[in-house]
Amino acid sequence: MDPVDRALIVATQGGLPLVPRPYDAVGASIGITGAEVRHRLAALLTAGIVRRIGVVPNHYAIGWTANGMTVWDVADEVVDALGGEIGALPFVTHCYRRPRALPAWPYNLFAMVHGGSPDEVRAKAEIIAGRLGAHCRARDILFSSRILKKAGLRI
Amino acid sequence: MRELDAVDRRIVADLQGGFPLSETPYADAATSLGIGEADLLARLRRLLDDGILTRFGPLLQVERMGGAFVLAALAVPEPRYDTVATLINALPEVAHNYRREHVLNMWFVLATETPAGIGAAIARIESETGLAVHAFPKEREYFVEMKLEARA
Repeated sequence: MDPVDRALIVATQGGLPLVPRPYDAVGASIGITGAEVRHRLAALLTAGIVRRIGVVPNHYAIGWTANGMTVWDVADEVVDALGGEIGALPFVTHCYRRPRALPAWPYNLFAMVHGGSPDEVRAKAEIIAGRLGAHCRARDILFSSRILKKAGLRI
Repeated sequence: MRELDAVDRRIVADLQGGFPLSETPYADAATSLGIGEADLLARLRRLLDDGILTRFGPLLQVERMGGAFVLAALAVPEPRYDTVATLINALPEVAHNYRREHVLNMWFVLATETPAGIGAAIARIESETGLAVHAFPKEREYFVEMKLEARA
Protein backbone atom coordinates (compact mmCIF):
# COMPACT_ATOMS: atom_id res chain seq x y z
CA MET A 1 0.00 0.00 0.00
CA ASP A 2 1.15 3.54 -0.83
CA PRO A 3 2.87 4.94 2.29
CA VAL A 4 1.09 8.29 2.08
CA ASP A 5 -2.32 6.57 1.79
CA ARG A 6 -1.39 4.46 4.77
CA ALA A 7 -0.40 7.54 6.79
CA LEU A 8 -3.68 9.17 5.78
CA ILE A 9 -5.69 6.15 6.97
CA VAL A 10 -3.80 5.99 10.26
CA ALA A 11 -4.40 9.72 10.76
CA THR A 12 -8.17 9.50 10.11
CA GLN A 13 -9.27 6.06 11.30
CA GLY A 14 -10.01 7.39 14.77
CA GLY A 15 -12.20 10.10 13.27
CA LEU A 16 -12.07 13.32 11.27
CA PRO A 17 -11.12 16.44 13.24
CA LEU A 18 -14.14 18.54 14.23
CA VAL A 19 -12.75 21.78 12.83
CA PRO A 20 -14.03 23.83 9.88
CA ARG A 21 -11.22 22.66 7.53
CA PRO A 22 -10.65 19.05 8.65
CA TYR A 23 -8.78 17.92 5.54
CA ASP A 24 -6.28 20.76 5.91
CA ALA A 25 -5.77 19.73 9.54
CA VAL A 26 -5.22 16.08 8.60
CA GLY A 27 -2.84 17.09 5.80
CA ALA A 28 -0.82 19.28 8.14
CA SER A 29 -0.35 16.33 10.50
CA ILE A 30 1.12 14.09 7.78
CA GLY A 31 2.91 16.66 5.65
CA ILE A 32 0.61 17.00 2.62
CA THR A 33 -1.89 19.64 1.55
CA GLY A 34 -5.59 19.53 2.30
CA ALA A 35 -6.24 19.30 -1.44
CA GLU A 36 -4.12 16.17 -1.64
CA VAL A 37 -5.97 14.67 1.34
CA ARG A 38 -9.28 15.22 -0.46
CA HIS A 39 -7.94 13.83 -3.72
CA ARG A 40 -6.54 10.74 -2.02
CA LEU A 41 -9.71 10.10 0.01
CA ALA A 42 -11.75 10.29 -3.20
CA ALA A 43 -9.44 7.71 -4.79
CA LEU A 44 -9.64 5.45 -1.70
CA LEU A 45 -13.45 5.63 -1.88
CA THR A 46 -13.40 4.71 -5.56
CA ALA A 47 -11.08 1.79 -4.83
CA GLY A 48 -13.37 0.64 -2.02
CA ILE A 49 -10.59 0.82 0.57
CA VAL A 50 -12.71 3.46 2.29
CA ARG A 51 -16.26 2.14 2.29
CA ARG A 52 -17.83 5.46 3.23
CA ILE A 53 -17.14 8.65 5.17
CA GLY A 54 -19.67 9.61 7.79
CA VAL A 55 -21.17 8.98 11.19
CA VAL A 56 -21.15 5.53 12.81
CA PRO A 57 -24.10 5.36 15.21
CA ASN A 58 -24.16 3.16 18.27
CA HIS A 59 -27.27 1.28 17.17
CA TYR A 60 -28.35 0.58 20.75
CA ALA A 61 -28.27 4.30 21.55
CA ILE A 62 -30.50 5.14 18.58
CA GLY A 63 -33.19 2.66 19.54
CA TRP A 64 -32.15 -0.52 17.70
CA THR A 65 -31.87 -2.43 20.94
CA ALA A 66 -32.29 -5.93 19.52
CA ASN A 67 -29.55 -7.28 17.32
CA GLY A 68 -29.90 -10.81 16.04
CA MET A 69 -27.35 -12.71 14.03
CA THR A 70 -29.65 -15.04 12.12
CA VAL A 71 -27.86 -18.15 10.88
CA TRP A 72 -29.09 -20.72 8.38
CA ASP A 73 -28.01 -24.06 6.98
CA VAL A 74 -28.73 -23.73 3.29
CA ALA A 75 -27.87 -26.30 0.64
CA ASP A 76 -24.56 -25.42 -1.05
CA GLU A 77 -25.96 -25.53 -4.57
CA VAL A 78 -28.54 -22.79 -3.87
CA VAL A 79 -26.88 -20.71 -1.13
CA ASP A 80 -25.39 -18.10 -3.45
CA ALA A 81 -28.64 -17.42 -5.29
CA LEU A 82 -30.61 -17.28 -2.06
CA GLY A 83 -27.91 -15.27 -0.23
CA GLY A 84 -28.24 -12.51 -2.79
CA GLU A 85 -31.98 -12.49 -2.28
CA ILE A 86 -31.74 -12.41 1.53
CA GLY A 87 -29.10 -9.66 1.39
CA ALA A 88 -31.50 -7.56 -0.66
CA LEU A 89 -34.17 -7.60 2.07
CA PRO A 90 -34.41 -4.06 3.47
CA PHE A 91 -33.91 -5.06 7.11
CA VAL A 92 -30.76 -7.14 6.55
CA THR A 93 -27.67 -5.04 7.24
CA HIS A 94 -24.96 -7.64 6.57
CA CYS A 95 -25.24 -10.96 4.76
CA TYR A 96 -22.42 -13.44 4.22
CA ARG A 97 -21.67 -17.04 3.37
CA ARG A 98 -19.25 -18.58 5.87
CA PRO A 99 -17.87 -22.10 6.41
CA ARG A 100 -19.74 -24.55 8.62
CA ALA A 101 -17.95 -25.98 11.67
CA LEU A 102 -19.52 -29.42 11.88
CA PRO A 103 -20.89 -31.00 13.92
CA ALA A 104 -21.45 -28.11 16.34
CA TRP A 105 -22.14 -25.42 13.78
CA PRO A 106 -24.12 -26.43 10.68
CA TYR A 107 -24.88 -22.89 9.48
CA ASN A 108 -23.38 -21.39 6.33
CA LEU A 109 -25.54 -18.28 5.72
CA PHE A 110 -25.34 -15.36 8.16
CA ALA A 111 -27.78 -12.42 7.99
CA MET A 112 -27.65 -9.65 10.59
CA VAL A 113 -31.07 -8.28 11.55
CA HIS A 114 -31.77 -5.28 13.80
CA GLY A 115 -35.01 -4.37 15.52
CA GLY A 116 -36.54 -2.47 18.39
CA SER A 117 -37.29 -5.71 20.23
CA PRO A 118 -36.36 -9.41 20.03
CA ASP A 119 -39.86 -10.15 18.70
CA GLU A 120 -39.36 -7.72 15.84
CA VAL A 121 -36.11 -9.52 14.96
CA ARG A 122 -37.89 -12.90 15.18
CA ALA A 123 -40.65 -11.66 12.89
CA LYS A 124 -38.08 -10.51 10.35
CA ALA A 125 -36.31 -13.88 10.62
CA GLU A 126 -39.62 -15.51 9.68
CA ILE A 127 -39.60 -13.51 6.45
CA ILE A 128 -36.12 -14.87 5.73
CA ALA A 129 -37.32 -18.39 6.56
CA GLY A 130 -40.16 -17.92 4.12
CA ARG A 131 -37.75 -16.95 1.34
CA LEU A 132 -35.46 -19.91 2.04
CA GLY A 133 -38.34 -22.37 2.27
CA ALA A 134 -37.33 -26.03 2.08
CA HIS A 135 -33.75 -25.08 1.20
CA CYS A 136 -33.23 -24.21 4.88
CA ARG A 137 -32.38 -27.31 6.91
CA ALA A 138 -31.58 -25.70 10.28
CA ARG A 139 -31.65 -22.21 11.75
CA ASP A 140 -30.93 -20.17 14.85
CA ILE A 141 -30.86 -16.55 16.04
CA LEU A 142 -28.00 -15.39 18.25
CA PHE A 143 -29.08 -12.24 20.06
CA SER A 144 -26.39 -9.90 21.21
CA SER A 145 -26.81 -9.09 24.88
CA ARG A 146 -23.74 -6.90 25.44
CA ILE A 147 -21.30 -4.89 23.36
CA LEU A 148 -17.94 -5.88 24.79
CA LYS A 149 -15.89 -3.74 22.39
CA LYS A 150 -16.61 -1.56 19.38
CA ALA A 151 -13.50 0.16 18.15
CA GLY A 152 -14.01 -0.05 14.41
CA LEU A 153 -11.40 -1.38 12.06
CA ARG A 154 -7.90 -0.12 12.66
CA ILE A 155 -4.61 -0.75 10.98
CA MET B 1 -30.34 7.14 26.47
CA ARG B 2 -30.96 10.82 25.84
CA GLU B 3 -33.68 12.09 23.55
CA LEU B 4 -32.48 13.18 20.15
CA ASP B 5 -34.13 16.19 18.58
CA ALA B 6 -35.17 16.28 14.93
CA VAL B 7 -31.86 17.79 13.80
CA ASP B 8 -29.80 15.15 15.63
CA ARG B 9 -31.92 12.44 14.00
CA ARG B 10 -31.24 13.87 10.59
CA ILE B 11 -27.52 14.04 11.30
CA VAL B 12 -27.60 10.34 12.26
CA ALA B 13 -29.65 9.41 9.20
CA ASP B 14 -28.18 11.66 6.52
CA LEU B 15 -24.49 11.74 7.41
CA GLN B 16 -23.85 7.98 7.39
CA GLY B 17 -22.15 8.34 4.04
CA GLY B 18 -21.32 10.90 1.43
CA PHE B 19 -19.65 13.40 3.74
CA PRO B 20 -18.40 16.13 1.36
CA LEU B 21 -14.79 16.11 0.19
CA SER B 22 -14.79 19.88 -0.06
CA GLU B 23 -12.55 22.42 1.63
CA THR B 24 -15.20 23.19 4.25
CA PRO B 25 -17.23 19.97 4.45
CA TYR B 26 -18.98 20.77 7.73
CA ALA B 27 -20.27 24.06 6.34
CA ASP B 28 -21.49 22.25 3.21
CA ALA B 29 -23.11 19.40 5.12
CA ALA B 30 -24.68 21.91 7.51
CA THR B 31 -26.24 23.77 4.59
CA SER B 32 -27.87 20.54 3.38
CA LEU B 33 -29.25 20.00 6.89
CA GLY B 34 -30.49 23.60 7.11
CA ILE B 35 -28.30 24.49 10.09
CA GLY B 36 -25.06 26.44 10.61
CA GLU B 37 -21.53 25.04 10.57
CA ALA B 38 -20.88 25.80 14.25
CA ASP B 39 -24.15 24.09 15.21
CA LEU B 40 -23.24 20.94 13.24
CA LEU B 41 -19.75 20.80 14.80
CA ALA B 42 -21.19 21.25 18.31
CA ARG B 43 -23.85 18.59 17.70
CA LEU B 44 -21.35 16.07 16.32
CA ARG B 45 -19.11 16.62 19.34
CA ARG B 46 -22.03 16.08 21.71
CA LEU B 47 -23.30 12.99 19.85
CA LEU B 48 -19.79 11.50 20.08
CA ASP B 49 -19.35 12.48 23.74
CA ASP B 50 -22.73 10.96 24.63
CA GLY B 51 -21.94 7.71 22.82
CA ILE B 52 -24.79 8.11 20.32
CA LEU B 53 -22.10 7.99 17.65
CA THR B 54 -19.18 5.63 18.11
CA ARG B 55 -17.13 7.40 15.47
CA PHE B 56 -17.18 9.96 12.70
CA GLY B 57 -14.89 9.61 9.71
CA PRO B 58 -13.77 7.13 7.05
CA LEU B 59 -14.85 3.49 7.40
CA LEU B 60 -12.29 1.08 6.07
CA GLN B 61 -12.66 -2.09 4.07
CA VAL B 62 -9.60 -3.92 5.31
CA GLU B 63 -9.51 -6.66 2.63
CA ARG B 64 -9.13 -4.07 -0.09
CA MET B 65 -5.91 -2.93 1.56
CA GLY B 66 -4.49 -6.44 1.44
CA GLY B 67 -5.54 -7.07 5.01
CA ALA B 68 -7.85 -9.66 6.45
CA PHE B 69 -11.06 -9.60 8.41
CA VAL B 70 -12.43 -12.67 10.18
CA LEU B 71 -15.42 -13.34 12.40
CA ALA B 72 -14.50 -15.67 15.25
CA ALA B 73 -16.24 -17.16 18.26
CA LEU B 74 -15.39 -18.70 21.61
CA ALA B 75 -17.37 -20.86 24.02
CA VAL B 76 -16.37 -19.16 27.26
CA PRO B 77 -17.24 -20.77 30.62
CA GLU B 78 -19.43 -18.29 32.54
CA PRO B 79 -17.14 -17.93 35.58
CA ARG B 80 -14.32 -16.83 33.28
CA TYR B 81 -16.41 -14.65 31.00
CA ASP B 82 -15.31 -11.18 32.13
CA THR B 83 -11.66 -12.17 32.43
CA VAL B 84 -11.62 -13.57 28.90
CA ALA B 85 -13.49 -10.52 27.56
CA THR B 86 -10.86 -8.20 29.05
CA LEU B 87 -8.11 -10.26 27.49
CA ILE B 88 -9.75 -10.37 24.03
CA ASN B 89 -10.65 -6.67 24.08
CA ALA B 90 -7.07 -5.72 24.88
CA LEU B 91 -5.86 -7.09 21.54
CA PRO B 92 -5.54 -4.34 18.93
CA GLU B 93 -6.59 -6.85 16.23
CA VAL B 94 -10.07 -7.10 17.80
CA ALA B 95 -12.28 -4.54 16.05
CA HIS B 96 -15.43 -5.41 17.95
CA ASN B 97 -16.68 -8.02 20.32
CA TYR B 98 -20.23 -8.99 21.28
CA ARG B 99 -21.73 -11.29 23.84
CA ARG B 100 -24.32 -13.51 22.17
CA GLU B 101 -26.65 -15.99 23.80
CA HIS B 102 -25.47 -19.38 22.54
CA VAL B 103 -22.92 -22.03 23.54
CA LEU B 104 -20.58 -19.94 21.40
CA ASN B 105 -21.12 -16.89 23.59
CA MET B 106 -18.36 -14.49 22.55
CA TRP B 107 -18.23 -13.28 18.94
CA PHE B 108 -15.52 -10.93 17.77
CA VAL B 109 -14.02 -9.65 14.56
CA LEU B 110 -10.29 -9.81 13.96
CA ALA B 111 -8.94 -7.28 11.47
CA THR B 112 -5.29 -7.39 10.53
CA GLU B 113 -3.12 -5.71 7.96
CA THR B 114 -1.96 -9.02 6.49
CA PRO B 115 -3.72 -12.41 6.21
CA ALA B 116 -0.91 -13.96 8.29
CA GLY B 117 -1.85 -11.65 11.15
CA ILE B 118 -5.14 -13.52 11.63
CA GLY B 119 -3.45 -16.84 12.33
CA ALA B 120 -1.04 -15.16 14.73
CA ALA B 121 -3.89 -13.47 16.62
CA ILE B 122 -5.86 -16.73 16.84
CA ALA B 123 -2.81 -18.60 18.11
CA ARG B 124 -2.23 -15.94 20.75
CA ILE B 125 -5.87 -16.03 21.90
CA GLU B 126 -5.82 -19.82 22.14
CA SER B 127 -2.61 -19.85 24.16
CA GLU B 128 -3.71 -17.03 26.48
CA THR B 129 -7.23 -18.38 27.11
CA GLY B 130 -6.79 -22.11 26.64
CA LEU B 131 -10.02 -22.00 24.57
CA ALA B 132 -10.48 -23.11 20.97
CA VAL B 133 -11.17 -20.25 18.54
CA HIS B 134 -13.82 -21.01 15.92
CA ALA B 135 -13.01 -18.92 12.87
CA PHE B 136 -15.71 -18.06 10.33
CA PRO B 137 -13.97 -16.26 7.48
CA LYS B 138 -16.40 -14.87 4.94
CA GLU B 139 -16.52 -16.90 1.76
CA ARG B 140 -18.87 -14.57 -0.02
CA GLU B 141 -20.37 -11.17 0.80
CA TYR B 142 -23.96 -10.74 -0.37
CA PHE B 143 -24.67 -7.39 1.23
CA VAL B 144 -23.18 -4.89 3.68
CA GLU B 145 -24.92 -1.62 4.35
CA MET B 146 -25.15 -0.62 7.96
CA LYS B 147 -27.39 2.40 7.72
CA LEU B 148 -29.93 2.57 10.50
CA GLU B 149 -31.94 5.68 11.27
CA ALA B 150 -32.77 6.67 14.83
CA ARG B 151 -36.08 5.08 15.85
CA ALA B 152 -38.88 7.29 17.08
